[in-house]
Amino acid sequence: MDVEISLRVDGLEHRVLVDTRTTLLDALRERLGVTSAKKGCDHGQCGACTVLVDGRRLNSCLALAVAHDGAEIVTAAGLEATPADGLHPLQRAFIEHDAFQCGYCTPGQIVSAVGMLQEAAAGVPSVVSRDLDGEVVLDDEEIRERMSGNLCRCAAYVNIVTAIAEVAR
Amino acid sequence: MRAFRYERPSDRAGAIALVAGAPDAVFLGAGTNLVDLMKLEVATPELLVDVHRLTSDQIEGLPDGGLRIGAAVRNTDLAADLTIRRRYPMLSQAILSGASGQLRNVATVGGNLLQRTRCVYFQDLTTPCNKRQPKSGCSALDGHQRDAAIFGASEQCVATHPSDMAVALAALDAVVRTEGPKGERAIPLTELHRLPGTQPERDSVLEHGELITAVDLPRLDFAANSHYRKVRDRASYAFALVSVAAALDVVDGTVRQARIALGGVAHKPWRAYEAERELEGAPATEASFRAAAEAELEGARPLPGNAFKVALARNTMVRVLSNLTEGQR
Repeated sequence: MDVEISLRVDGLEHRVLVDTRTTLLDALRERLGVTSAKKGCDHGQCGACTVLVDGRRLNSCLALAVAHDGAEIVTAAGLEATPADGLHPLQRAFIEHDAFQCGYCTPGQIVSAVGMLQEAAAGVPSVVSRDLDGEVVLDDEEIRERMSGNLCRCAAYVNIVTAIAEVAR
Repeated sequence: MRAFRYERPSDRAGAIALVAGAPDAVFLGAGTNLVDLMKLEVATPELLVDVHRLTSDQIEGLPDGGLRIGAAVRNTDLAADLTIRRRYPMLSQAILSGASGQLRNVATVGGNLLQRTRCVYFQDLTTPCNKRQPKSGCSALDGHQRDAAIFGASEQCVATHPSDMAVALAALDAVVRTEGPKGERAIPLTELHRLPGTQPERDSVLEHGELITAVDLPRLDFAANSHYRKVRDRASYAFALVSVAAALDVVDGTVRQARIALGGVAHKPWRAYEAERELEGAPATEASFRAAAEAELEGARPLPGNAFKVALARNTMVRVLSNLTEGQR
């Protein structure tokens, strides 16, 4: 069963015909040629496919495209850039802190971090928050917990945490 | 993934009629578990009826001082709600213990309750599993048992329910509101999920086409002194080996009331009624907590591969109750 849907991806409008089985990730990569979001496990376990949908980070591999007709999607390639270097502050921090090796998980890590920082700014607690009802302080333990949905098989975690912590400050 | 039709009806009655009218139809919420199972072809529905805009995504006060949580409230939003954090902290902690930030951002309350077991054999089409394919056998009986149940299992199924949120809701005496082909009903959360018995393919008492519309939390003042603790193989983003949700009402060193439920130990969130009874009127001491935990665990029937869960459940209960008592001194 094919259904026509519209998606706004990194600021561009698209209308696309998708089989109902198409995930948002496959719609982006295979139908629209937007390859920033990566396919790792395809089961919601690795986070390489993380995108912002209507402002929230989610696993695009577990989202059916047909259920997201009209959605606003932002991938790592569409993050708001700083005019000076054309990079989002998190992208710059990942480069400066060497927060990757092979780079395959990196777009997902960066989009996830953008979403995570917004959640923290909105006061969303985590399970390691000392005070469930208090101000969110993004120390390393908090960043690790909040980023646990993004795996890095090169294990660049130490530098990923450092890069995110720098932007969180 | 098998081909399926997708419908997004404009009202609940239409959605319920669509599912009730087709044996292979299912409701679609966020789909974080369903889509995964469809990729594995563990789930092969012919029709998906999208209901994620058809139930409330709000948390409202009830006249008796309780709260009504719409079935479409996202896990992140429920955990972050200030009233939930202050009055039912164990519910926030339970939700935040589960899944990842990405999944909690979309997963709904209704979908969380109805997620399927993560028993490895249920998800592996190449192995027998009575829950996936009735009368095919249970591979866990001679296999991997680390995640299996210690309470209420049957010879046909030893799977556990994976939800953290449901464990806190069971301890809080939450009530699940549904709408179905036969009308509306209210089901105590402790009665929503079944024990496997001879029908392990049925996770819950819901009829085909019955939709969860909301979850009611009764007022429980002492739940402000509550905690959820989860023990797992990784520090984050893993299912529970054992978890404990507990609320404690201590006055002058004596336990007036306790609400305790365990996760990772049964086919349903396991309400620890024996432990609660044991604690009522007992001094709030570690010795009492240990006796209460042991009373509950007398009913445990572990397998060779998960006998460690008995001691783990006892120790976790004692630790959680002790910490809650310190909070009240």
